[in-house]
Amino acid sequence: MSESPISRGFRARRPANSEADRVPPGQHVTADFPVLSAGPTPKSNPESWHFTLRRNGAIIAKWSWAEFEALPQTNVNVDIHCVTTWSKLDTNWRGVTIDPLFVAAGLAEPPTPFALIHCDGGYTTNLPMEDLLHGKAMIATRYENVALVPVHGGPARLLVPHLYFWKSAKWARELEFTDTDDPGFWESLGYNKYGDPWREQRYAGD
Amino acid sequence: MRATDAPAAVERPLSWVNAEVVELYEQSPKVRSLFLDVPSWPGHRAGQHLDLRLTDEAGYKAQRSYSIASAPRADRLELLVQRLDDGEASPYLTTELRPGDFFEIRGPIGGHFVWTSSMSGPLFLIAGGSGVAPLMAMLRHRAAAGSTIPAILLFSSRTLSDIIYREELDRLAAADSGLQIVHTLTGGSTSDWSGETGRIDRDMLAAAGFHPSEQPRIFVCGPASLIEDVARHLVVLGHEPRMVKTERFGPTGV
Repeated sequence: MSESPISRGFRARRPANSEADRVPPGQHVTADFPVLSAGPTPKSNPESWHFTLRRNGAIIAKWSWAEFEALPQTNVNVDIHCVTTWSKLDTNWRGVTIDPLFVAAGLAEPPTPFALIHCDGGYTTNLPMEDLLHGKAMIATRYENVALVPVHGGPARLLVPHLYFWKSAKWARELEFTDTDDPGFWESLGYNKYGDPWREQRYAGD
Repeated sequence: MRATDAPAAVERPLSWVNAEVVELYEQSPKVRSLFLDVPSWPGHRAGQHLDLRLTDEAGYKAQRSYSIASAPRADRLELLVQRLDDGEASPYLTTELRPGDFFEIRGPIGGHFVWTSSMSGPLFLIAGGSGVAPLMAMLRHRAAAGSTIPAILLFSSRTLSDIIYREELDRLAAADSGLQIVHTLTGGSTSDWSGETGRIDRDMLAAAGFHPSEQPRIFVCGPASLIEDVARHLVVLGHEPRMVKTERFGPTGV
């Protein structure tokens, strides 16, 4: 890559020392929690909500809201990184990590190497199974100790904080086991298939 | 389908390229247009955005996303930048930046919030403040393409002096019976104001917009609160959620 031109008169903010190794390249820290959506916020209520695991069209497991709430719950404190260049540090979430979900479904091993998450509103996102396991991802239902509000993905969203935040799909309703890494919504529209913020994989080809 | 309408099948990396600032224009007290010369620009579709990167003398960088306001085939790229007093990039771009300065951009980016004149149905655009940028690209594209697809822009600004593109919008509407512009002011108006007043609400959307049976393609861009309210109202009015595309515009925090 060629040398970046100096923007005359510009002075960038230096990240605080405590944050320097927590903020990926091209990101800046924000204190608020911006809401980004591609369309209207879907309406879901706990009475009709359920979460399913599916493979080849067949349902492997299905939980109602009450059943989901009865699964082992985990709290995490993580940094999140949006592809639009903001990062938010020390966010607190509670939900069900993917590992106990699979255990509850009677799966000793995930049956496929990839997953496609389906959401209310038609949004999808693809992930390698490896990125969902070992406590790296959860279906989150609480943010900062309160029920996740709809604009932030409530009642439940995927949380995969080590990837750009569009992967943490709002209004998650289904995990589909897939044999291939089929692109989801943004991944079909020019965004990176994997989305590692530390390698700045924002767009296709990055 | 023409090649320009195909979703960008991008598997090559988008590289950073130099953009030269060729002109600046103060659209309102807080919003400035940057006109850029980018010889290697591959072209874009109306509604897309780009990433902009500033580099200081010590090598520190700041990167932000901006919607493109210029039409796909315009000679110069136009971006709208709203100054956030406690921001990092926007105070520089709106005060310090001068013609002849350079920074880097890469793009175009995004294939969802996009409209081309070959798409069917009427076009209903709803903007808040500088969120008009990608919608302006659509209206300019529509005009340049000679499209007769009926279009409405419902545009919320704070005060009269905050209205961006007022003259150009008037000109476009005067020359085109298929285009209607409806302004609303949320921060007070004078007695001779003939437009709407107050935040965009359900009644305003019903009165100004197309009926759901006409299946308009709807694009909403502005601050998060406007988007959330407007999208909710549109669905209640009977528009299909899949016809409503939203894009947040504005600061990502302090």
